[in-house]
Amino acid sequence: MDIVVKNLTKVYGNQRAVDDVSFRVKTGEVLGFLGPNGAGKTTTMKAITTYLNPTAGEIFVGDYSIHEHPEEIKKRIGYLPESNPLYQEMPIIDYLKFVARLQNIDSSKIEDKIREMVDVCGLEGEKHKKISELSKGYRQRVGLAQALIHDPDVLILDEPTSGLDPNQIVEIRELIKKIGREKTVILSSHILAEVEATCDRIMIINKGKIVADGTSEELRKHAQGNEILRIRIEEAPPDDIFEKLRTIDTVDLVDFINKEENTFEVHSKKEMSSRKQIFNLCVENHWILTEMSPIETKLEDIFRELTLS
Amino acid sequence: MKQIWVITKRELQSFFDSLTAYIMLIAFLGFSGFFTWLFGSDIFFIKQASLQSFFGVAYWTLFFFIPALTMRQFAEENKTGTIELLLTRPVNDWQVVFGKFLATLLLIVIALLFTIPYYITVASLGNVDHGAVILGYFGLILMSAAYISIGIFTSSISNNQIIGFLLALAIGILFQFLFSFIAGGTSGIISEILYYLSISTHFESISRGVIDSRDLIYFFSLIFLGLVSTEAVLQKNRN
Repeated sequence: MDIVVKNLTKVYGNQRAVDDVSFRVKTGEVLGFLGPNGAGKTTTMKAITTYLNPTAGEIFVGDYSIHEHPEEIKKRIGYLPESNPLYQEMPIIDYLKFVARLQNIDSSKIEDKIREMVDVCGLEGEKHKKISELSKGYRQRVGLAQALIHDPDVLILDEPTSGLDPNQIVEIRELIKKIGREKTVILSSHILAEVEATCDRIMIINKGKIVADGTSEELRKHAQGNEILRIRIEEAPPDDIFEKLRTIDTVDLVDFINKEENTFEVHSKKEMSSRKQIFNLCVENHWILTEMSPIETKLEDIFRELTLS
Repeated sequence: MKQIWVITKRELQSFFDSLTAYIMLIAFLGFSGFFTWLFGSDIFFIKQASLQSFFGVAYWTLFFFIPALTMRQFAEENKTGTIELLLTRPVNDWQVVFGKFLATLLLIVIALLFTIPYYITVASLGNVDHGAVILGYFGLILMSAAYISIGIFTSSISNNQIIGFLLALAIGILFQFLFSFIAGGTSGIISEILYYLSISTHFESISRGVIDSRDLIYFFSLIFLGLVSTEAVLQKNRN
């Protein structure tokens, strides 16, 4: 079930939390929403779940509009809010039963569904406890279980791994990836590694606007532009290497990284590669090239560049 | 309809899980029993086989107890954020509001059911006006429903239970006696309007054993107003 967001705008007071945002998420796609705090991620997600009325714009989940058929959307959406709110005084099983009934699951199937959720979300050992007695990690699992119990076509997960330990994070990521194959998933995070690990597509949002959209490779390529190489040449005078590297016609700039170790940073000219020329230069001069590796722009750098402006 | 019942059941369960229900039942039966049978203008003092003294006590006890029951119903959900998960389920705002309303009303009905032994005892002591007793209970239920809808409304406007409680009491005081008190000091149309607005006017007329459509319209409009306002608050929170 596709999600189509058209010109979504949400104004709080005189602040535009979301400013004319449009995008589309296809079935089977896991979209990662990335952005600094207060960028408008949560607001956009709340609008998709029909919880918030947008100031302007339209959202379709499948064929249903949030304005005209919110009830139909609510049936098909699984939502894990940022703070993972749960009824503290309820036992896990009772809570899941309550959710299952509200989601109109056939009463004969409720038991099976709950058993399945306990299994999938790894709640077996804790299932008889009250929610207030659970650790943060287990609460997060209950939050996922309530979002998944009615087998929704669309999953909206607002910071699903916040507060979890590294093992739990890996487990939850695996779970999301597995689920994401058949469903449409939007998840938000401000942990870049997480989005890179779980999402097919990344969208960076800042001050209510989309500033980047694509796979992590696309984003890198886009941000990088020019080739940067790190090279190390042994058994040669560094100044000599420096001078000769500069004479290569595709090279824009050469810099020492470490003069003692003979390592250099070579920036190529726009849309050109200097790898072959550098290799040939070493062969001609009988230098020993021991390292040549591209310096990749990290997602962190892209993120910082896009969101600090 | 099914959805309303699912919500009502959870709310009732939460009253019992949090001991609120037990405390309320014990306190209500304690107060009403004490003043009906043992103290002040009790049944033996007025020497009549009637439940008038019980209705008088219950009228005041419920007035204080109901805000304490309703205060958490929305305030707690607003505070913890569970309201967001509730409203993104396939239920509409009406079902949520009505489900919560019904849960508290059922708890009050349960409390009143426990006072049926009072009725049986009084009936065995003398000739009881059965119609007046039934209408007296009916009046208590109507009055409770009105206060519940006010309490639910005041609970919905913030995430602070104390605010919900105090505001419900403040609004309740107007209907409970302030309107009729002021009405006593004025005359003409203002006095009539204020008398009409006072819950006590309508409660007394029903518990005397007369059922008048004006009283029913009064209670139902008060209940409706409270629930509609709550729904409006939920809508406003989405903007």
